[in-house]
Amino acid sequence: MIFYLLRRLAGAVVLLLIVTMAVFAIFFLIPRLGGATSDQLAARYVGKSPTPAAIEQVKHSLGLDKSVPVQYGRFVKGIVAGKDYDTGVRKVHCAPPCLGFSFRNNLEVWPRLQDRIPVTLSLAAGAAVIWLLAGVSIGVISALKRGSLWDRFSMGFALAGVSLPPFFTGLVALALFSYQWPIFKGVHYVPFLDNPASWAWNLVLPWLTLAFLYAALYARLTRAGMLETMSEDYIRTARAKGLRERDVIVKHGLRAALTPILTIFGMDVGLLLGGAILTEQVYSLNGVGKFAVEAIGQQDLPEVLGVTMIAAIFVILANLVVDLLYAVVDPRVRT
Amino acid sequence: MTAPIETTGVAREAHPEAIADAAGARIEGRSLGQIAWARFRRDRVAMAGGVVIIFMVLVAIFAPLITDVIGGGPTEYHDDLLDPVLNIPTGSFGGASWDHPLGLEPVNGRDIFSRICYGARISMLVAFLATLLSVVLGVVLGTVAGYFGGWVDGLISRAMDVFLAFPLLLFAIAIGSSLQGEAFGLHGDTLRITVLIFVIGFFSWPYIARIVRGQTLSLREREFVEAARSLGATDRHIIFKELLPNLVGPILVYSTLLIPTNILFEAALSYLGVGVQEPTASWGGMLSAATPRYQDAPMFMVVPGVTIFITVLAFNLLGDGLRDALDPRSR
Repeated sequence: MIFYLLRRLAGAVVLLLIVTMAVFAIFFLIPRLGGATSDQLAARYVGKSPTPAAIEQVKHSLGLDKSVPVQYGRFVKGIVAGKDYDTGVRKVHCAPPCLGFSFRNNLEVWPRLQDRIPVTLSLAAGAAVIWLLAGVSIGVISALKRGSLWDRFSMGFALAGVSLPPFFTGLVALALFSYQWPIFKGVHYVPFLDNPASWAWNLVLPWLTLAFLYAALYARLTRAGMLETMSEDYIRTARAKGLRERDVIVKHGLRAALTPILTIFGMDVGLLLGGAILTEQVYSLNGVGKFAVEAIGQQDLPEVLGVTMIAAIFVILANLVVDLLYAVVDPRVRT
Repeated sequence: MTAPIETTGVAREAHPEAIADAAGARIEGRSLGQIAWARFRRDRVAMAGGVVIIFMVLVAIFAPLITDVIGGGPTEYHDDLLDPVLNIPTGSFGGASWDHPLGLEPVNGRDIFSRICYGARISMLVAFLATLLSVVLGVVLGTVAGYFGGWVDGLISRAMDVFLAFPLLLFAIAIGSSLQGEAFGLHGDTLRITVLIFVIGFFSWPYIARIVRGQTLSLREREFVEAARSLGATDRHIIFKELLPNLVGPILVYSTLLIPTNILFEAALSYLGVGVQEPTASWGGMLSAATPRYQDAPMFMVVPGVTIFITVLAFNLLGDGLRDALDPRSR
C-alpha cells in the first residue's frame, strides 16, 4: 500500500513537470516556431499599446532573449520562487506560487484566480455527484432490465445526452426555467458560507447542465459494463451458493463493473474543466473557466497561462485522489 | 438504441450482389465485410444516421450553390427586415419566410439558413481532417506499442496517459490564443482552421491508440500470426498483412464515433472564440452570438443548437450501428 502510494505520488510529480513543459511549449515555443520574434512575443505580455521600453523590459524579465532551456528554467523558477515585475510605474513582487503578472490589469494572476476557484469547485463537485449517482443507477437498472421500455427510453435519452453540446442545453434550460417559467430566476453565484440554500438553488441549473452530458455517458458505460460482468461465471457461482440477488448485484456485479467507471471518472475530471468552462460561460458564473475566456478575449496571455497551470495542477491532484479511491475499490492494484 | 438484429435472419438472407459477382457459383462464402454490410442494412436507425450525414456533407460541399437559390450569401445584411427599434426580425419564428426559411439574425439581419450551410463547411472540414489526423497517429502509435511491446510500449502508453490527463479544452484554448495573427506563414481563418484541426487531432489520438494497442496485443499472440512468423515473415509483413486487416473494423467504428466528439469540440472552441472569427460563419460562433439574445430572439439559438445536435446524433447512431454490425457481441 505504501509503495503504491509512493509510486503514484512520484508519478504525479513527473506529470507536473511534463505539464509545465507543455505549458511552456504552448506559450513560448510553438509561437516561436510559428515565426514570432522575441519582440513580438514580449509585446503580447505588455499592455494594449506597448512602449519599446516596456517590451524590452518584459523580454528581459521573461528571459525571451535567452536560449530555450534558460527560458524554461526561469519559467519554473518564477512559479516556485516568485518573481519581480517592473511595470514602469512601480515594482511588484509576485510571491510564490507566482503564476505571472497581468500587465493589462496591473495585477498578479494568482490572487485574482483564487477568488474564482470556489465557484468552479462548487459547480464541478455538485455536477460530479449528480452525474455519478444518476449515470450509474440508470445504467445498472437498464442492464438489469435489458430490452425493457425503461432500458430503451433511458438509452435513447442517454444517446441524446452525449450528442448535445452543454452550451446549448444550458441555453435552453435558461430560456425555459429562468425566463419562460422563472423558477430559477437570475442565476448567479452565492458563496456557500453566505447562504447555503441560495448557493444550491442558484447552482441547480448549472449542475444539471454539466451533469447531463456526463450522466448520459456514464449510463451507457455502466450498462455495458454491468451486462458484461453479470454474464460472468462467478456471478452464476454466487447465485448458485444461494446469495440474495441484491448481494449478487451489488457486491459481485456492481463492484466489478465500477472499477473501469472509476478509471474513466479520473480521466473525465480533466475534461470536466472543459465542461465547466462552457457551463460558466452560458450562466455567466465568475469561475475559473470564465476567467480564462475573458483573458482570451482581452488577449491577456499571462492570465491564460496562469489558468492553464492551475487547471493542470488540479487535474493531477484529482487523478491522485481517484488513484487512491481505486485502491479502495479494487484490492488487486495495491501491490 | 439500435434495433436488435436477429442473427438467424441474417444468415438466411440472400445477398444478390455477392451471388452475381461469384460468376455462376451458387453457394459462395461471404466475406466478413459482406456479412457486416448485410447486418448493417437491416439496422434502420443506423441507416437513417448515414443518410443525415450524407445530406450534411452535401450541404457543406454545395453551400454556395444552395445559398444562391435560398437565403443569399452568409454575410449579406438584410437590416430592412428587422424591427428598427428592437433590432430583432419582424414576424414570427425569428422572421422565417420563403426567402429566409430559418429566419434572420437579430442586429445584423444575416440569413440564418445560409450561415448554417456555410458553418457546416467549417464543422465538417475540421471534424473530418482532425479525425483523420488522430486516426493516423493513433493507429501508427497503437500498433507499434502493441506489437513491439517493451520500452516502446511503456513510453507510448505513458504518453497516452499524459494526454488523457490533460484538460484538453483549456490546452486547446491556450494554443489557439497563443497562435494569434500570423504563424507558420498562415493568417486569418486559414491559420485558425489549421490550428483547430491540429489541436483537436493531436489531442484525440490516444482514444484510437488505446483501442488499437489492446487489439494488437491480443492478435499478436494468435496462431495465424505465429504461423506467419514461423514461415519467416518480416515485422512489416505481419503488421500490414496480418494485423492491420483485422483491425479495420474497430478502427472504422471508433473513427466514426470520434467524428461527433470532434464536431462538438470544434463547436465548443468556436463558441469560446478560439475558432474562426466573424464574419465567417460557424455553428459554435452562432450559438455564442445567440447566447445574450436568448430571450428576444430564441430562434437564433435554437437553429444552430439543433443542427449540431442532429449532426452529432447521426454520427453516433451510425457509429453504434457499425459496431453492432461488425461485432455482434457488443450488443
